[in-house]
Amino acid sequence: MADRVKLQIDGKTVEAPAGALLINVARQAGIDIPAFCYYDGLALQAACRMCLVEVEKAPKLLAACTLPVTDGMVVRTETAQVREARKAMLEFLLTNHPLDCPVCDKGGECELQDAVFRYGAGESRFTEEKLHVPEAQWSPVVYYDAPRCILCYRCVRICDEGLGVRALGVVNRGATTEIAPNRGDHLECDECGMCIDICPVGALTSGIYRYKTRPWEMKHVGTICTHCGDGCKTTLGVYGGQIIRGNNRDRSGINDEFLCIKGRYAFDFVHHPDRLRTPLVRRNGQLVETSWAEALDLVARKFSEVKARGRKFGVIGSNRTTNEENYVLQTFVRQGLGTNNLDHHRTGDVVSLVAALAGRQGALAASADLYQRKAALIVAADLAQQHPLLAFLLRANWRHHQARVYVVTPGPVREDSYAVRSVRAPSGEELAAVESLRDALAAEPELVILFGDSVKGERVRRLVEFGDSLGISVQYVCLLDYSNSRGAADMGVLPDLLPGYAPVEASGAPPGLTLPEMLDAPDLDVLWVIGANPLARRALTSKEAFVVVQDLFLTETAARADVILPAASAYEKTGTVTNTCGEVQRLRKAVEIPGTKSDLEIFGLLARRMGLPFGPWRPEEVWEEIRANVSGYNVPSALLAAGGAFPTFPASGLHSVRPKPELIRSAGDTLFTSGTLGRYCKTLSSVREAPGTLYRS
Amino acid sequence: MTFSPQLEARFEKLLRSYPPGRQRAALVPMLLYAQDEVGAVTPEVVEEIGRRLGVSTLEIEEVISYYSMLRRTPAGKHHIQICTNISCMLLGAEELWEHACRRLGIGHREVTPDGQFSLEEVECIGACSWAPALLVNYDYHHHMTPEKLDRLIESLRKPQ
Ligand code: SF4
Ligand code: SF4
Ligand code: SF4
Ligand code: FES
Ligand code: FES
Repeated sequence: MADRVKLQIDGKTVEAPAGALLINVARQAGIDIPAFCYYDGLALQAACRMCLVEVEKAPKLLAACTLPVTDGMVVRTETAQVREARKAMLEFLLTNHPLDCPVCDKGGECELQDAVFRYGAGESRFTEEKLHVPEAQWSPVVYYDAPRCILCYRCVRICDEGLGVRALGVVNRGATTEIAPNRGDHLECDECGMCIDICPVGALTSGIYRYKTRPWEMKHVGTICTHCGDGCKTTLGVYGGQIIRGNNRDRSGINDEFLCIKGRYAFDFVHHPDRLRTPLVRRNGQLVETSWAEALDLVARKFSEVKARGRKFGVIGSNRTTNEENYVLQTFVRQGLGTNNLDHHRTGDVVSLVAALAGRQGALAASADLYQRKAALIVAADLAQQHPLLAFLLRANWRHHQARVYVVTPGPVREDSYAVRSVRAPSGEELAAVESLRDALAAEPELVILFGDSVKGERVRRLVEFGDSLGISVQYVCLLDYSNSRGAADMGVLPDLLPGYAPVEASGAPPGLTLPEMLDAPDLDVLWVIGANPLARRALTSKEAFVVVQDLFLTETAARADVILPAASAYEKTGTVTNTCGEVQRLRKAVEIPGTKSDLEIFGLLARRMGLPFGPWRPEEVWEEIRANVSGYNVPSALLAAGGAFPTFPASGLHSVRPKPELIRSAGDTLFTSGTLGRYCKTLSSVREAPGTLYRS
Repeated sequence: MTFSPQLEARFEKLLRSYPPGRQRAALVPMLLYAQDEVGAVTPEVVEEIGRRLGVSTLEIEEVISYYSMLRRTPAGKHHIQICTNISCMLLGAEELWEHACRRLGIGHREVTPDGQFSLEEVECIGACSWAPALLVNYDYHHHMTPEKLDRLIESLRKPQ
């Protein structure tokens, strides 16, 4: 058979690879064939018959969704016969459909509505009473309205094939066929909402969004999920100043349509009643409300005073603030406060990886590589729980390209179900198990190695040496917990490294204190914490320290503060973040919470009050500075602004690192937790699967 | 739960007849044989067979709710299945069906209080040439009439 074939669709001559499905070939040629059950990337179903077309020499209409194109094929997609068939199919689908479009969440975005609009079926020959079944709530997230269901089985397939959860099934038959959840009357699953968003009609709806508004009344803001380190694009639906929906139906971003429960629904912290909206200062031991001016004055005065006396600062940055904020923070701390006592909670040893790969190009895997490379090795991570997007991409790679996946973990993980080899090894002893896979891995044409937090320090170097010794192309992903964990390291929120992993010694100053060293220092005068909660895990030794906290909530750390400045969250600002694969992407501001300020703005206001020679800052200008100064970040701004994701790789010469394995620790978040922030996401705690566990698949 | 040694032997033979890794294909016959022994596909049966085949409860639900021959509650000792599909219908099956309902005092998928009989209206049972036809458990009865049905019921009622 020829590799490429020529065929005619609606009089247009089209070339396509032999064996491609007609529906896709037509779509690529700009001819839309309606389809309910066909869905890109899922197994073929051919159940709905909406895609019937006329093919010359075929005795009857054929389903375009399962028809491979052949040379010389002549197809007509909009003849009277075809239109008649589609209209009849729609009439049939509508026999039991309630037609409650005016109150249906899907109204305006419904594929059934659109098809009926296009083909008619305004009249029905059915006069029988419609079958009615009451709506069911399967979880706080998922509701099912059986009469609206058109039995396309997209939901069943995405859950089974896409996620490997298999929580949905089809029961009964004929007119009483329904979708059913895995636990009789309720669901026990990932609560990701993939099934809801993929549903062409309003049969599956979300407890978070239902009956809140009409789709066309929302403003849609595409930004980056603030939870895990994978960096999914989430499109937030904003109505009346509130975020009421998250999805990614436009398939922009590295995640296509994928989002886990956090990216799709865990935006509710933004409007949480406990959100701090007024600065607080401690007076007579009590935190009392004050004005921004007064709070900032107090902080600036204190900072200037401690600086003038040459006393000790400790500054802890965030895993969720933007690159711009992190970059400015390290400038502020190093040049403005004159110290290198700057650190953040390190959730993986990216520093050691950068050092081990110094001088190489293309050694970091992009998220797309997880879908494309022929083999992958997961070391020390429960990917489906901790990195839902990466797990989804890898599984899709296995489904679509038969990728070969190897697993070395301390306990069972979901990837075991399709891995070619799964090896159990206690945490910290994974490398010996990796070694046992040597022959199998060396026989692969290429490999992506993803590793979790127990591979740190010296072990990272040994893992890279192992990779080198395989004699094949190997790429790495150092798994990090949060939306900008990678960016915090890249921007030099570290005591010994400047932006781009340049050693601080280059600037003539010795390295500063690490996070635990700051908390343990008996003579610490100021502790300044930006978007982090270190005191939840470790006590502050210095009783005299003046503590300043910028955060969204009154966390354990904020509760110890002398001044609390209410900060804006990632969904309330612009800027960039870098995911665990090193791809930088842009945040867009969805809403504003009165009373709060972005950390960047706070830095500017403090700088002015302290009379420092920099600030205020605009995110766009800082970004240009980052592009110019930070190794690996010289990516095209225009494309980034348009929503692209760009791999960054610090190419600079990081020769020696001081491995600090004791500082590396993942928070071990599951699908249903997200550090301190997760506590304020009611959706996450409302599902029965919460809080979940790692290594229990 | 445990099954009789005979049924276990049957399961074993069944499971051997599918290629390795395809044992889940035995689901329908296993459910049917278990139903014959236990009287119905009870939750315990579902759990046990699911465990043996590595099939989820939901997947078994899909199968049970699809196939009308699988029952969740026991049928009568004599399960009378009357075909009312086209050939049988043309030769008086509807009359036969109504007669059966009156005679036993029960309807579709119902069981007499003494547990002796149950009725089910079924689609074509492949005995069109001898229509109207019915099944009692697995036994065929051809060219049925209301009178023949009465005699059949009487003979089944007699203690054997
Ligand atoms: S919410 Fe996600 S995991 Fe749960 S049933 Fe739907 S697709 Fe499956
Ligand atoms: S619930 Fe929606 S996605 Fe699932 S089968 Fe019904 S119409 Fe299709
Ligand atoms: S996988 Fe990570 S980035 Fe994506 S939606 Fe979930 S938490 Fe957000
Ligand atoms: S899209 Fe082709 S049959 Fe449903
Ligand atoms: S129609 Fe009754 S046996 Fe076929």
